[in-house]
Amino acid sequence: MPHRQPVRSLAWWIALWILCTCSPLRAEWDAGLAATLANGDSEARIAAIRQLVTSGDPKVAVLLKALAEDGLAVADGRLARPIDGQWIDLESGATLTPTGTPESLSINNRVRREVQSGLALLRLFDADPKVRLEAASSLQSRATPEMIPALEKALGQEQDATIHDHLFLGLALARLSSKDAGQRLAAVKALGESASTTVRVTLSRLLEPAAEPDETVRREARDSLKRIERRLALGEAAGALFSGISLGSILLLTALGLAITYGVMGILNMAHGELLMIGAYSTYAVQMLFRNHLPNLLEGYLFVAIPVAFVVTALVGMLMERTVIRWLYGRPLETLLATWGISLMLIQAVRLLFGAQNVEVANPGWMSGGVALMPGVVLPWNRIIITLLALLVLGLTWGMLNRTRLGLFVRAVTQNRAMAGCVGVPTGLIDTLAFGLGAGIAGLGGVAISQIANVGPDMGQGYIVDSFLVVVLGGVGQLAGAVWAAMGLGIAGKLLEGWVGAVIAKILMLVFIIVFIQKRPQGLFVLKGRQMEG
Amino acid sequence: MSTPTTHPLAPRRVLFGRLGWSALILFALLFVVVIPALHLLVPTNHPLYISSYLITLGGKILCYAILAVALDLIWGFAGILSLGHGLFFALGGYAFGMYLMRSIGRDGVYHADLPDFMVFLNWKELPWYWIGSDHFLVALLWILLVPALLAFVFGFFAFRSRIKGVYFSIITQALTYAFMLLFFRNETGFGGNNGFTDFKRILGLSITTPEMRATLFALSAAALTGALLLCRHLIAGKFGRILTAIRDAESRVMFIGYQPLWYKLTAWTLSALMAAIAGALYVPQVGIINPGEMSPANSIEIAIWVAVGGRGTLVGPILGAAAVNLAKSWFTFSFPEYWLFFLGVLFIAVTLWFPGGIVSLWSRLFGGARR
Amino acid sequence: MSLMDEPIVENPGFPSLGHPLVPGALDISHKVILYLDQVSVSFDGFKALNDLNLAIDVGELRCIIGPNGAGKTTMMDVITGKTRPDSGTVFFGQTLDLTRMSEPAIVAAGIGRKFQKPTVFEHHTVFENLELAAKCDRRVRFSLRSRLDGETLDQIDEALRIVRLTPHAHVEAGLLSHGQKQWLEIGMLLVQDPKLLLLDEPVAGMTDEETEHTAELFLSLAGRRSLVVVEHDMAFVAKLASRVTVLHEGSVLAEGRMEEVREHPRVIEVYLGR
Repeated sequence: MPHRQPVRSLAWWIALWILCTCSPLRAEWDAGLAATLANGDSEARIAAIRQLVTSGDPKVAVLLKALAEDGLAVADGRLARPIDGQWIDLESGATLTPTGTPESLSINNRVRREVQSGLALLRLFDADPKVRLEAASSLQSRATPEMIPALEKALGQEQDATIHDHLFLGLALARLSSKDAGQRLAAVKALGESASTTVRVTLSRLLEPAAEPDETVRREARDSLKRIERRLALGEAAGALFSGISLGSILLLTALGLAITYGVMGILNMAHGELLMIGAYSTYAVQMLFRNHLPNLLEGYLFVAIPVAFVVTALVGMLMERTVIRWLYGRPLETLLATWGISLMLIQAVRLLFGAQNVEVANPGWMSGGVALMPGVVLPWNRIIITLLALLVLGLTWGMLNRTRLGLFVRAVTQNRAMAGCVGVPTGLIDTLAFGLGAGIAGLGGVAISQIANVGPDMGQGYIVDSFLVVVLGGVGQLAGAVWAAMGLGIAGKLLEGWVGAVIAKILMLVFIIVFIQKRPQGLFVLKGRQMEG
Repeated sequence: MSTPTTHPLAPRRVLFGRLGWSALILFALLFVVVIPALHLLVPTNHPLYISSYLITLGGKILCYAILAVALDLIWGFAGILSLGHGLFFALGGYAFGMYLMRSIGRDGVYHADLPDFMVFLNWKELPWYWIGSDHFLVALLWILLVPALLAFVFGFFAFRSRIKGVYFSIITQALTYAFMLLFFRNETGFGGNNGFTDFKRILGLSITTPEMRATLFALSAAALTGALLLCRHLIAGKFGRILTAIRDAESRVMFIGYQPLWYKLTAWTLSALMAAIAGALYVPQVGIINPGEMSPANSIEIAIWVAVGGRGTLVGPILGAAAVNLAKSWFTFSFPEYWLFFLGVLFIAVTLWFPGGIVSLWSRLFGGARR
Repeated sequence: MSLMDEPIVENPGFPSLGHPLVPGALDISHKVILYLDQVSVSFDGFKALNDLNLAIDVGELRCIIGPNGAGKTTMMDVITGKTRPDSGTVFFGQTLDLTRMSEPAIVAAGIGRKFQKPTVFEHHTVFENLELAAKCDRRVRFSLRSRLDGETLDQIDEALRIVRLTPHAHVEAGLLSHGQKQWLEIGMLLVQDPKLLLLDEPVAGMTDEETEHTAELFLSLAGRRSLVVVEHDMAFVAKLASRVTVLHEGSVLAEGRMEEVREHPRVIEVYLGR
């Protein structure tokens, strides 16, 4: 396309011209800069440093670092630093043989501060986005009008959205301290897009005429403040909702096993909390095995812990069913007492095996950190994973009950034991397997709990009441009910917690459930039917 | 109108048989009079001397026995298993504990008018619900009123909506759990974690003298005798027959015109009241009350005393409370790490193999036809 | 005064001992003791009762028959307050709205029920079962100091004689045979002294001789009390020779004497033949 040729060459010429206009700095790099840094007063030094920072020259970082470490000198009018007893020219990297003793540059605290913030500004241009993000978020709250040019430049070339947001905010805050009312107005407007509490504090200070002389800016500040507050409230609500869902997931994980053993089979297993505890200790044991024998794979121990915990607790559960619970079918109060006895023995057994103290189960590295949903609302990875785990276990449980032969048999046995026996269902075996399944799922709950709460021999006791309330509230024998109950309790609990504190929230929830069961003793979901006599 | 006894059909109904009365009187004499006297009057080096350790342990077990009788009244006869009786016990204890705290006066660590824990929390005046707690009679009133009122209100709502069986058990457990959390808070005003302790005197008399120990022991024994007589009276009468009828076929009771709610509520509230009295007698003897008494584990242990002794027998739970707690004292002294194993095995063994408990063992061994 | 020949007192006011649960007196001035008017009950879409209308006269003996699931037991549940109807009214006499009363209040007003499955207190003796059912104040405080008076003892004595359980008076009810339990339950109804007796399959599990005796007993009670008998045993129903109501799918299919009902084409279709 020949007719485009002149346009392209014009662009080249403009680029060249821009390079040339920058050349005075390059000239200063040698003699002038060295002289200013060596002999100039603080003001001149600071001005020079600011100019250097905006230049975008990669060597500036080296210079400033050397300056900050008191490792810069002037040798024969050139900036140099000592490396391994030799003087290296800062600009060319060549070895110098200075004629006299090079004059070391020392700086006062004011200049040093400027060097530090200059270094931070420079990091905004680093190739590594992590470094840029750190620099941007640290500069955000302490930007000054002098940084405006550097910030504008960084903002112009930033690709990453998060870093972009930080820079934008930092720039607005810097403009806020500007003497120009127009700049300030634009800044106040821009700040209205933020959702940070520091911005809220900053803006609320501007509402006073003493702090902000311009009426329009003050009015704009008020508007922006309102927008921020709305956004903050929204963020808070979203955060509370998420932690509610996360608490609900934990409740669900702890209650799902019970939803099978109590809800479907009607066995009131007071050792349910201890099955959770065994699941958590299995996780701990797997972690220790990995730490001692497969340290390279430590990050992945959780994937092994999940099946191990399931199998171990399922075996313990089946043993319980075979030895004790089997003889107590149809006697719920006796079952309650006997399983309580089992729970005491399990607690003591774990104490003897692992000690009475809490043990440490570490999150794998990939579970730390979180996803920023919006500024100020971070969803931690471990919570997200536990929510996913809850969904997985729920799906597994549902599938086992509704899509497998075992599930069919379990439902048949619980609905009509005698009839199921007559058509050839091995009722005894089914009871054992179903209880094992419930116990194994409790073990999975234990894996999840080990990632977020203390793991100790007594930990189960704290979960037993909660789990029962979820199952009872949800309606016996109803998985859907348990899900609703767990989520409802989780979200309501978190909202109440923000309002009245954790303990009172817990008490209120218990009171609520007691009142609720007054009204609907069968729970949320129940099949209405012809009532039985007697 | 003929007198009941002359009618050929009328069954002979008595509170106790001759053996029962003799045993009761012997028990009362021994525990209310003889043992306290042995503690007070016999020189310490004499073989018959009852040490202060033994008398305190005995007094504690007597209180537990009252608690067990209280639970047996509702579990054994009305079929209502409470897993929250420790709450009423603890509330009785706290009610009397408030009085004990106030009678410390200025002898506490901070030498202040307020109880030490309030000074520690930097409180300047008593919360309103502490007003009057320095009067002994007010304390007695609270011991009876607060647990009874709580039991009545809770029971009314629970029984009215026909919550029974394991549902009721779980809800009572949740109730005591909630109260435990509440009492753990410092702001609740009952000493938080530490509860009440360092008691000095009752009615101006020092709490550490042998005389006070013997008196509290005798009072506990008398209260146990009273509780046993009261429950036996209730059970032997028509009230007891209605209660057991409710246990066996509640809806049938309704269809012959009785409102089970009021019968259950009466038994429940009386039971809570007895538990509260036991708690009030317990606290000055052990010298401490804290929210741990309200933990679900404590409450469920009461059920095992009753089951070990034999539920629905009234005497059995007394034996059960004594046997289990003596075993606990011995174990925690000799093999502390095996106590929970023993208790766990006890829970399982009693439900699987000895549902009748000690009392049934007795009648199996000696072939008695007594219930 | 004997149980058997106690005359029905019209508008008797409060029962002699008085009871707080009685919200009003039984008014049978229109000679009708029980009205069911357009009563419907449904469980999850299944209509157990569908616009059921029924009126029982004072002193009448009425038999209710119908295939399984016709709504017989549900009807009993509605009358005794165990199940609340979705719509419709149930009146005891002219004034007492049973749909607004609790179970014990309904009993106190004068309705007694025998269940399909005999439910007696198995751990109580026969005598104690009757003692609990005997007419007296049902409040807790009376139970705490109650002593059996001679009149109650006489009534229990007579009830034992009528249901032929005198030799077993002090035997635990759990040890009785099925038929004896049925009779004990009938005996409990007798000492309860209700105005209206609801009897759900009273002769199930009884020997022929026992059934015969029960029929005689019911016939002797009719006239003095009102009886509603639900029964599958057609011979027994025929023996009672009373009015018969046929229920089908929750409403009345036919009503009349046994011979008439038997000839009714719809009844033959849905119940007797098909």
